[in-house]
Amino acid sequence: MADLRVTLAGVEFKNPVIPASGTYGYGREYEALYPLSKLGGISVKGTTLHERTGNLPPRIAETPMGMLNSVGLQNGGSDKFIRYELPNLLTKDTRIVANIAGSTVEECAELAAKLDPTGVDMIELNISCPNVKQGGAAFGTDCTVAAAVTKAVRQATKKPLMVKLSPNVTSITDIAKSVEAAGADALSLINTLLGMRIDIRTRRPVLHNNVGGLSGPAVFPVAVRMVWQVTNAVSIPVCGMGGISSAEDAIEMMMAGAQAVQVGAAIFRDPYAPVKIIDGMDEWCDRNGVKSISEIVGTVKPW
Amino acid sequence: MFKQGLYPIVKKTASAKGIFDITVLCPEIAELAEPGQFAQLLAEGFFLRRPISICGIDKAAGTIRMVFEVRGSGTEKLAELNVGENIDIIAPLGHGFTKIDGKAVCVGGGIGTPPILGIASLYGRDATVVSGFRNAAAVILQEDFKAAGCETVLCTDDGSAGIHGFVTTALEQHLLSNKTDIIYACGPTPMLKAIAAMAKKFGVRCEVSLEQRMACGVGACLGCACRTLQSDTKAPVEVYKHVCKDGPVFDAREVIFDG
Repeated sequence: MADLRVTLAGVEFKNPVIPASGTYGYGREYEALYPLSKLGGISVKGTTLHERTGNLPPRIAETPMGMLNSVGLQNGGSDKFIRYELPNLLTKDTRIVANIAGSTVEECAELAAKLDPTGVDMIELNISCPNVKQGGAAFGTDCTVAAAVTKAVRQATKKPLMVKLSPNVTSITDIAKSVEAAGADALSLINTLLGMRIDIRTRRPVLHNNVGGLSGPAVFPVAVRMVWQVTNAVSIPVCGMGGISSAEDAIEMMMAGAQAVQVGAAIFRDPYAPVKIIDGMDEWCDRNGVKSISEIVGTVKPW
Repeated sequence: MFKQGLYPIVKKTASAKGIFDITVLCPEIAELAEPGQFAQLLAEGFFLRRPISICGIDKAAGTIRMVFEVRGSGTEKLAELNVGENIDIIAPLGHGFTKIDGKAVCVGGGIGTPPILGIASLYGRDATVVSGFRNAAAVILQEDFKAAGCETVLCTDDGSAGIHGFVTTALEQHLLSNKTDIIYACGPTPMLKAIAAMAKKFGVRCEVSLEQRMACGVGACLGCACRTLQSDTKAPVEVYKHVCKDGPVFDAREVIFDG
C-alpha cells in the first residue's frame, strides 16, 4: 500500500484521481456501483449562474479512440446546485471541486462569490468550454481576457482556485502564465480539442452544433505534451487530464508534471475506470518501490 | 440500479439478414430488468458502447435476450461474438414501458420491433402487435409474439409478407374497431410522430421508445438529449430530457418529434 495522497493548491486529496467535470454528473449515477469515498475528489458538472438547457441533439459523435460532445453546459444553475446537489455531495467523504462557467466576467465572479461560503473544497473556473457561444473558450484563448476573468474570480473568493485551460490555442504556456499572474492557485488541462464529424450520406455534421469537443484516448498525447510544457512554464501545480484511461496513463501524466489527474470519457466506456486507475496506481507503486505517488511528479527525463 | 460486467452468451441465432438474436446469462441483470429498458454493450476496438434494447427477460433462467441489427462496424463486431464468449454489458438502463390493466396495441417498425416484445408478452392475449418491415426477408419475432398469446398484424413495405403498407394504416384500422387502452411504439421517428398524432386523435394513452446518440448511458453526461414539452406548468416549456435515464420510453404527449 503506497501513500497515494497528493496536495493541489493546498488541498489534500486521498489519491490523485478525480472524475472530470461533465462526465460524472454529481456522482449519483455511479454511486450504485461503488462508494464515492474511494475517489480522490469529484469535479462536478459545470455550473452556470442560471439554468442552461444545453445544445440541440445530436450531442455525441464517436471518433477513432474517442468522441466528440456538444452538450453545451446543460445544468440546473447555481441555486439548484447549492441547494439540491452540494449538501449530498458534502457527505461523501471525498473532495468536491465545483466547476463554474459564466457568460461574462461578472457572472464568473458572482458564481465564485456564491460558492465562497459553501463547503466546496476548490473552485475550478472553466474558461475553455468549446460548446457555448459566450464565455467558455472565448475566455481561454486570449491572455488578457483569461487574466481578467481569473482576477475577477480571485477577488470574489478565498477558496483555492484552479483554472481549466483550453488546448485550442497557439501557445498554452502563454495563457497559463497569464492566469498564474492573475492569481490562480492551480491549473487544470486540457479541456477538449475542437473537432467535427460529417455524415457523408446526409452531408450534415453529426453534431447539431456542427462542432464539438474531442476527448478520449485519442487526445492523450496532446494532453501529456501540454501538461509537460505548462508545468515547465509556471510554478503553480497542474491537474492533468485528457484521454486518461488506465493507471499507466495516469502515471505517465504525473511524470509529465501533473500533481493529480482527472478522468473523463474513459468513464463512459468503463464506469469503474476511476477506481481501477486508483488500484492500478497503488499496485504500480508497490511493484516499483515507490512509497509515495507524489515522488513521481515531473520525473520525466527529457532527452 | 444497474450492473456492469462480463457475461457469457448462451444462445445466438441470425433471425433475418443482418439481424442477430443473442441470449446472455447475467442473473443479476435479469433480476433487475424490466420491459423497455436497454443495455450498453462494448464492441471490441470501439470507444463508446452500443445501446441495445432488451427484448426478452427470463428471470428464472437468469438471462436477457437482445435482438440487434448490424448498422456499422461496431454492431458488426458485436455480431461476431459467439456462444461461450463473454460480452461486456452495463444494464439494465433507463425507464421502461408502463404496464396498465386493459387492452394494448404494440407497434414496432423494423428493428424497433424487439423492444416491444417484453411489454407485449406481459399483456399476452390482451395485446395486438402491429409490426412492419421492408420485406418478407426482414420480418422478425412474429412467432415470439404468437407464442406469448398476442394477436399479430404483419405489414411490409413491398407487400411480400402480410399487409402491403405501413403500420400506421393498420394501427388506425385497429383503433377504429377495437377498444384500446394504451399504445406502445418503437421505430423510426416519422412513424412515432404519426402514431403519437393518431393516439391523440383517438384519445388513447401512448408510450414511445426513443433512440439517440449516447455516451455514458446512465444519466451522467447529458449527451443523449431529446426535446420534450414540460406541461405540468401553466405555459408548457421546452426542456431537454435524456433518452438514457428519463427514457428510452416517454409519454408520447411530451415528445417533440421535429428536429
